[in-house]
Parts: sequence; C-alpha cells; structure tokens
Amino acid sequence: MSEARDYKVIGTRVVRPDGVDKVTGRANFGADFSLPGMLYGKVLRSPHAHARIKKIDTAAAAKIEGVYAIVTGADFPKVGHEEITGGEGAGDFADLATNVMARDKVVYHGHAVAAVAAQTSAIADAALAAIKIDYERLAPVMDLDTAMADNATLIDERLFTAGLPEKATKPSNVAAYMEFKRGDIAQGFAEADVVVEGTYRTPTVHQGYIEPHACVASINQGGQATIWCCTQGHFDVRSMTSKVLGMNVADIRVIPSEIGGGFGGKTTIYLEPVAMVLSKKSGRPVKITMTRDEVFRASGPASATKCKIKIGAKKDGTFTAMSAWLAYEAGGYKGSSMAPGAMCVFAPYVVPHFLIQGYDVLVNKPKVAAYRAPGAPQSMYACESLIDDLARQLKIDPIDLRLKNAVSAGSQAAYGPKYNAVGFKECLEAAKKHPNYTKKLGPNEGRGLAAGFWFNAGMQSSAEVHINENGTVTVVEGSPDIGGSRASMALMAAEELGVPYERVRVVVADTENAGYNNVTGGSRVTFATGMAVIQAAGDIITQCKQRAAATWGIEADLVDWKDGQAIPKPGVNADVKPLTLAQIAANSGRTGGPLLGRASLNARGAGPGFSINMADVRVDPETGKVDVLRFTAIQDAGKAIHPAYVEGQMQGGAAQGIGWALNEEYIYDSNGVMQNAGFLDYRMPVASDLPMIDTQIIEVPNPSHPYGVRGVGEVPIVAPLAAVANAVRAATGIRIPDLPLSPPRVLAALEAAKA
Amino acid sequence: MSKTRVETKINGEQMEFLCEPQQSMLDVLRDTLGLTGTKEGCATGDCGACSVMLDGRLICSCLMLAVESNGRQLTTIEGISRGETLHPIQQKFLQHAALQCGICTPGFVVAAKALLDENPNPTEEEIRYHLAGNLCRCTGYDKIIRAVQDAAQTLRGEAS
Amino acid sequence: MQAFAYAAPETVQQALDVLAEHQGAGRRAQVMAGGTDLMVQMRLVDGSPRTIVDIKKIAETNRLDVGAKEVYIGAAIAGAVLSASKPLKACFPGLVESIDLIGSAQIQGRASLGGNLCNASPAGDTISALVANAGVCVIASKGGLREMSVESFVVGVGKNALKPGEFLLGIKFQRPAKGTSDAYLRFIPRTEMDIAVAGAGVSVTLDASGTCTAARVAIGAVAPTVIPVPAAVDALIGSKLDAAALDKAGKACSAAASPISDKRGTAEYRRTVVGVLCRRATAIAAERAKENR
Repeated sequence: MSEARDYKVIGTRVVRPDGVDKVTGRANFGADFSLPGMLYGKVLRSPHAHARIKKIDTAAAAKIEGVYAIVTGADFPKVGHEEITGGEGAGDFADLATNVMARDKVVYHGHAVAAVAAQTSAIADAALAAIKIDYERLAPVMDLDTAMADNATLIDERLFTAGLPEKATKPSNVAAYMEFKRGDIAQGFAEADVVVEGTYRTPTVHQGYIEPHACVASINQGGQATIWCCTQGHFDVRSMTSKVLGMNVADIRVIPSEIGGGFGGKTTIYLEPVAMVLSKKSGRPVKITMTRDEVFRASGPASATKCKIKIGAKKDGTFTAMSAWLAYEAGGYKGSSMAPGAMCVFAPYVVPHFLIQGYDVLVNKPKVAAYRAPGAPQSMYACESLIDDLARQLKIDPIDLRLKNAVSAGSQAAYGPKYNAVGFKECLEAAKKHPNYTKKLGPNEGRGLAAGFWFNAGMQSSAEVHINENGTVTVVEGSPDIGGSRASMALMAAEELGVPYERVRVVVADTENAGYNNVTGGSRVTFATGMAVIQAAGDIITQCKQRAAATWGIEADLVDWKDGQAIPKPGVNADVKPLTLAQIAANSGRTGGPLLGRASLNARGAGPGFSINMADVRVDPETGKVDVLRFTAIQDAGKAIHPAYVEGQMQGGAAQGIGWALNEEYIYDSNGVMQNAGFLDYRMPVASDLPMIDTQIIEVPNPSHPYGVRGVGEVPIVAPLAAVANAVRAATGIRIPDLPLSPPRVLAALEAAKA
Repeated sequence: MSKTRVETKINGEQMEFLCEPQQSMLDVLRDTLGLTGTKEGCATGDCGACSVMLDGRLICSCLMLAVESNGRQLTTIEGISRGETLHPIQQKFLQHAALQCGICTPGFVVAAKALLDENPNPTEEEIRYHLAGNLCRCTGYDKIIRAVQDAAQTLRGEAS
Repeated sequence: MQAFAYAAPETVQQALDVLAEHQGAGRRAQVMAGGTDLMVQMRLVDGSPRTIVDIKKIAETNRLDVGAKEVYIGAAIAGAVLSASKPLKACFPGLVESIDLIGSAQIQGRASLGGNLCNASPAGDTISALVANAGVCVIASKGGLREMSVESFVVGVGKNALKPGEFLLGIKFQRPAKGTSDAYLRFIPRTEMDIAVAGAGVSVTLDASGTCTAARVAIGAVAPTVIPVPAAVDALIGSKLDAAALDKAGKACSAAASPISDKRGTAEYRRTVVGVLCRRATAIAAERAKENR
C-alpha cells in the first residue's frame, strides 16, 4: 500500500449522496416500480414440506376472467447440473431452477408449484385458489439428526455424498463432506493438560430484511427482456435467469432498484424467471411481490447447525489441539454455508494440531441462502463458547487466553494461507483497555466476550469515472448500494482526484450501462469496487496529466497531480499556471475529447477482518428473560472510509447477532410447516430491546488496498452469539449450549440446575 | 366489483379516488395514488414501514381501510418536508447516518415526527418504546435514536 | 356471491339496522372498531367477502366517562386516547397499562378496548385486567341494551357471547372504592410487539391497617379463555399481602392454569411464569392501593 497518507476526505462523516431521496420517500425500491399494462403475478406454494407432485390441473383457473397466464414446472426448460460460482451462496443451477419452480417434487413447505398473472392481485389470488394439485405426501425430514440417521427418508434418491475419502456407495441426505487438518490430532490432545468439549446447536434463522423480494419482468416477442428488481447483484440475476430459462445473457437487461436490505438473502433469484415466463405467455409486463409470509417460507434462511468442538490446552492456556465436527442444514437442495463455517471456526487461533470435519445436509426446509458471513456465526459460536469455558476452567482471563493463542502477521490460518497484517491482537488489547470491560455488574448480571472473523472477498468489479464539462465527477459503478456505499465510492474518487466530496456523484448503473460486477456481498464493495473507482480515478489523472502536458508543451511525465490540479514537477522550468480539473474538463474538446476513466479488476488480497464483542446481560431468575444491558463491538476495519457507516455495520451486525442468540428461530410443527412466518412471532430485536451499541474501530491497514481497506460488513454478526451466550453463562453459572436462549429454555436450564 | 368514491386530504392536498371496500389505505396510497414513499414490509402491522398520520395520530396504513379515510386528513412521508427544506428529523437522519438500506426510513421519520409533535423532550427510553413498532434490520437502532434525540433538541430550539 | 361492502352507521339504531338487514338476507356482516385484528385476519385467515360495519362514528362507542360512581369506556375508543386520560389512569392504572401494552404506537392509534375484548383471544391483554376490575359489557341489541360480565362474555378461543345482530357498545365499571387499585403484567420474550405468553390482572382493596379486604385475580394465555382465580383471591384476602400470601396466590394461579405448548412458549413455562406474574402484579397493585387510601 501507499505510504501513510494525510487524507483530505477519507475518514470524514459526509452525508450520503442518495440520502435525501431516502428520507423523503422519493427513492424507488423493488416494489415501487410499475409499468403501463402491467399484470400482477402470484405464486402458488406447496402446502406440504415433502411430497411428489402427481398432477396439476389449471383448467378452472384459466377460465377466470382477467387471468392472462398460468405457469407450472412444465413451462420451464430442463437445466443441467452446473455449480453456481461468483455469488455468495453455494449451489447448483439445476437445483436453482427447480427451487424457482418445482417440477416433480416439492422439498419444503412454501416451494413454488405454479404461478399466475392477472389483471389485479385479487383475481390472481382467486386463480391460485382454483388450481388443483394432487400430491403424494412423503415424510418430512426436519432436523440434522433425523436427516443423518442410517435409515433416513431420502429427500433426493440420487444424492451421493461428495468429498468422502472413499466414494459413497449408497445415497443419503448428506450432500457433501469436507475436511481440513494439520499435524497429528491425537498427539495434540495427548500433549494437553486440559481437554474440554461441547456440542452446540443453532436454529434456522432469517436475514430479516424489511423489504420483501419484488420484481417486474417484461419480454418482447423478439426475446429481449428487461427485469427491474431489488437485488444484491443484478449481473447475477442476469446470469441466473439466463441459465434457468435458457436465454441469451445479452437479451436480458437487469435494472436494479434501491434495495431494502439483503444481508446475503438477495444474492440469488426466486421470482425473476417466474415473472419472465408469465410475461412471455401473457405478452404483458408482470410484477411479483412476495408477502412477508412468503419471504419467511420460501426465501433462503441461514442453516441450522450442530457443532461439536474439542479443545486441548496446556495449563498456561496454549492450545495444543482443536477438533470440530460441523453439520449444516442446506434446506431442500444441497449447498449450505458449511465450507466457510469450517474454514472460519479456528481462524483466529494458532493451533499446531487440528481436524475440522464438515457435513452439508438436506432437510425439508427452504434452500438456505447466504446470511452475513455465511457459516461463520454458527461454528464460531460453538468454538467461542467452549473457549470461554476453557478460560474459566484454567482460571485465565478470556482476553489473555485468546491473546496467548491469537494469530498475527505470518501465522498460518487454519484454512490455509499465511496471514498478512491482521488486527486480531489489536482488537483484544483494545477490549482489555475498554472501560466497559471493567464496569461493575449487579446481581443476576454477567459479562461475556467472544471473537469474530470473516475472510472478506475481492472478486470482480468495474467502474467508470466521467469528468463533466464543469469539472464535476460522475462515478458509474455496478454494485447495488445496500448501506451507503455510494458515499464511500464518492469519498474515494474525491480523495484520489483531489476534489471536494460534494463535486462527486455516484450512479449504480444497470447491466447495460456498467461493466460487470459480482454481487454486493462478501464485504467486498468498498474494497474491490472501491479499488476499481480508485483506479478509474487514477486513469483520469493520467489523462489529465497528458492534457496538461500537451497544453503546456512539455512531456507528460513532467506533470504532477496535486489537490485537484495538474502542476509541473518541481524543477521543471515551465512558466505555466496549474490547471484545475475543471479547467482541463472545460478544454477537453480541444485536447482529445471527453475525460472518461475506466477500470476493471478481479481484486485480490481482501484483508481478513477480526472483532471482539462484549455483552453485559441481566437474567431474570424467575422468568429466564435475558436483557442486554451493554454491548461493545471492537473491530479492525483496516481503514474506515466513512466511519459512521462502519460503526453502522458493527451496530447492525450486533443487533442481528443478539437476535440470533436470544429469540430468533424458525419454529416448525410435526408436518414441517413453519409456525411463526411473520414479524410478530419471528422475534427480531425492536428498538426497546437494545441498548446503545458502543463501537471502537481499529485500523490495521490492509496492505493490498491503496487506502488499507478491509471489508467490514460481515464480521459484526459473528461474535455476538457467543458474546451473549457467554454473558448468560457468567450471569447464571450455567452453560446452555443451544440457541436461542429464549426465556423458556433459560428458565428450564435454571430449574434443572436447581433440581 | 363496485368501487367506492373517497374524498380525502393527503399532505394538505384534496384528493379523490375509487377503491374497493376491503382495500387497505397502504394499497391505495401506493398502487392508486402513486405515493410509494410509504413502504410495505409485512402488511400485518408488525414492521411500521407503512406508518402514516391520520388526523395527526400515528397509525399503520396497512391496517386501515382506504374507505375510512373519507373526510379525514392523512400525512405521509411525502408530506413531512415542505418546499425546499428538509424537516429537522430528516436532516438529522442524514447527519447521523441513521439509515443504511433506507426501506424503513420513511416509517421511522413519520413515527419520530408523531412522537416529537406530542413529546418534544423524550427520554431515550421513551424514544425506544415509541419506535418499537418500527423494525430496522440494518442499524441496530443506535444512530436512529441519536438522530431523533438530536432532532428533538433542534426542534426545541436548543443548539446541538 | 356476496361482495365486500363498507358501512359506517352514525347511530346505534342504524348499526343495528345494518346488522339486522344482513342477518335477514343471509349475508355476512362484521363489526369493526380499530380494525387492527380484523385487517390481519382478513389478510391471513379468512378473506371471504362481507360487509364491514365500522362503529367508530357512533357517539356511544366513543364516549369515555369517568364518573363519581361509574366509569364507562366506549368500545371503539383508540388505545392512545385511553392512555392519555388521566382520570381513567387514576381509577384503573392496571387496565390502562393492559391497553397500552397492545402493539406499537401505531397500533395504539387504532386498536380499541372493545375490539380486544370481542376478539376474545386467550392472550388478550385487556381481558385479564377487565375481569380483575369486574368490567361489565354493555351490548347493543335489537330489544335495547343488555349487560353481561366480561368473564361470561368471553366463551372460548376467539368466541364471544354476542348474538347475531348485536354489537358491543362499551364497558362499564363501578368506580373503585378507596384503598383499591389494580395492576396488569404480562410476559413477552421481547420488550414490545409480542403476544402475551402469560398475563395476570389483579385488583386489591386494602383497609387502613393494610389488610386486604377484597381482591380479584384473572390470568390470561394459560387456558382457552382468561380465567378468574378464586383460590388466589382466597390467599390474598385477610392477609397483609406479605411474601407468603403472594407466594400462595402465585401458586394458586399456576395450579389454575391449563396452558398449551406452542410457538410462544411451553405449557410448563406458562404455568410457572403466570404465578410469578400474579405475585409481581399483586405487589404493584398493593403499592398503588396504599397510595389510594
């Protein structure tokens, strides 16, 4: 990276460029778009968690006046097996196609089985009610133990476990096995003075974005189509829709709306191909919007897990061996976040001997999607809970125990590579000094601490920087702005070009107006798309130097760029006045045409992010209710481009993690039907549930980024689960290994301990 | 289906529309009147994204029949700022970075205005309970609460 | 097929006429006050067409009267209005709390006491408080007004004692005697926005010596309907509401409960917590009653 710099605008708390439209209701989100002649599409969903589709009769529905198109699986092409890459989740295009519209089988309650387009949504509802489907019901497989049992009902009879040391000989619900190891695990445990172990479970949880999925699709008779939708990656919507429908990529234009939250959940598709086929059949644009009920039942939640962890340590706290057995629910189709969960579980620690085994398991629940640091919160909840118990057993301060084993630059990560500069020790040391670490606690109160980690991603981005005729700047990029990234892009362009922030505007362009970009995910936008913006701005500077050189009649390499102006290098005897960006822009017609800077890249060297979270809780011994009194999030951001939005990521991740720890869970009945598919009973934290969330940004620059940026969006959700659970342990003296720590579970544990 | 004619005042402007008796105010605002600043997050009164004021009282527009608005006055997010200037609540949301994705923001702004209209000097706890019906999944509420506190101070004429 | 329709009668007689007309023609009519439950039910449970009879324009459903002897609360008054009434709060602080606990500020802008009662949910927050305060339903009926105690009004899960063509006009109470006050507590996993996992409404009367001379206890979300708990009352009357009496009353509530396990809590949990709530609510009511002597 460049030398330590004196930044002019980086690190300031500017107002985001898209802000006014968002506080006045002008900003257009997914469901806000409409077209003349548009029809309303609705999806019929399976009433069974697991069943074969015997027959679909749409005749009665077709007769209803105002119904323009009805589609079922028969209207979709067969899609071959091919791994989905580039997104944030795992999966297969063939599965994606049948997840979008079931063919011969439904694998979860809420699975799409048919859809209609009608003049009004009321008519569409009536048409759905008139579709008759014969199902052959099968036993639902609703949890890991049932799914992994020897004689389990098979969700996919053709599924053989991939990745086993010896090829699987019979089908099972285990889609994949993965193993990481180093050293000799038996020797490592033999060297230990103390060995601790535990089994932990986490429930199915949802990202809980407030905006339901929505899209409008319109296709003409020539096969050219446009999709308007809320997504974290419109280029992925394009490629996935083209695969699922067998369409030419170039015939699909995807225009992203503003996006009302995603957290990984909007990195895949559900409605777009359905709306497209309905549009094709009806010859009209078709809009589909999910209800909240549909969002819970039919979009991808995060995996429920069962994790067994074992740690061996010396009396002084040095880890000698660690093992992890991790099973992740994938939902009705393979592709959970088991792999990243397995890669993250021991990432913060130096451990000579370890064994990590992961299982990707089918159950009759919606196919999981990415959820903020996908996989890491679950496995690290287990590990960080056990480390807390180990610290207690060894009578070592939990920060000191972690410091003793913490990775730093040069340590080899459990998942493979050697770390470059990372800020884990800095986070631990900051936690130790933080006033909240030593605040006095009252009766029934406890303090818990845990570490978080996420790799962060790079991947492909492109950006253009246009200099307008008055020297103002338009940045054109293709990463949907889900939390203020336009502001970060504008800050980086302004910094690089040396112009005031207010002179830069940022456009998130559609698939026909921006170069290719991977999804807004993996905490990659400020890092990778930001790097593209910096490079595109650099391209402008190169061009401006050339224009200035031509104007002055000197060589371009004798021109410098400083504070938004071209100036001759020191010692260059040029009797000229500096040329500002505005002056060069005004004159660009005479010096070679408009100023257009470009960059496209596959960003390498995303800096891993670490965090420490501390939670103070009070537990009501008579009701088992846990109140969070204080919460402190400390995280290495590398360099905070816009500190307020970095803090916002930390606070938002903390709130989601607290919800995951305390109350959020999918509750199913014995038929595999979700009982709490709404915000009333899927209990996400509300404003009165939380305290202010204290934040401390640590800045250990990422050497691979010009400004030292690391991704910050995902790390924040990893540590809160164990931080809260460890606080409950401290307050009650009892370790409750299964989440959520809902009042009935906590009270039952308290009463069991008394008995 | 026979439609009902409704006359109402929205953001100070006299309006009339036709609706079906069972249609919600939210659906009419968004689909009939094109006022899409009011958002739908759940349609069951659990998220607050569709918050509006009916004769000055905060309600969820998803839980009100559109026909009930006949002869009443509604304020939506589109009516919070007038002319060239943002309302102080809107300004403070921007200054404090109290929004990330922005889908819940219109509902929060309307709900916060309803609170400060009634209680110009609320405590943090009062703000949190008043806004408990507005879900935000991005911010953890911290910056929203601070923005409302700061806006209250500005509206009281105190320097912040 | 019947189409949706909306009627907003302005007098009790007009409302009764609309209901009678529908009844006679075999069409469905449904009374709406705040609509916060009705709109959700129409969207998620039963969306079939009906005439919605909005009773908010009738004077008698909007009247709030805190008199020297009697208190009357119109069935359609929004929670936000009731919570803002200082005289009502002075008489029945627990009842007002139970109203205020229903949903968010937005819900409070519409939800009514009458609606919460007619909806007859086992977990309806106001119902326990109404029973604890011996509320009496005033029902508009073809033959005139009729009255019925709240506990006999609620007859099952989602079922009330209204006959076809009738509607709830309001609820009345005797103004509490000196030394009397009430409290309502419910348990929810969050701080707001949940349905009660268990609830307890308590009213106590204390004499000058601090001895409990009268009490009413009702518990919610632990049986098909809110239930009065006479055994808890027996434990309180004659005591000084000391820890032992409270404990006994709490145990009586746990014993009286016949809860189910569902998405909101296990039966065992509800049984335990309803006792805790009774104990805590009684202590609050007792403090208030002392101030009211």
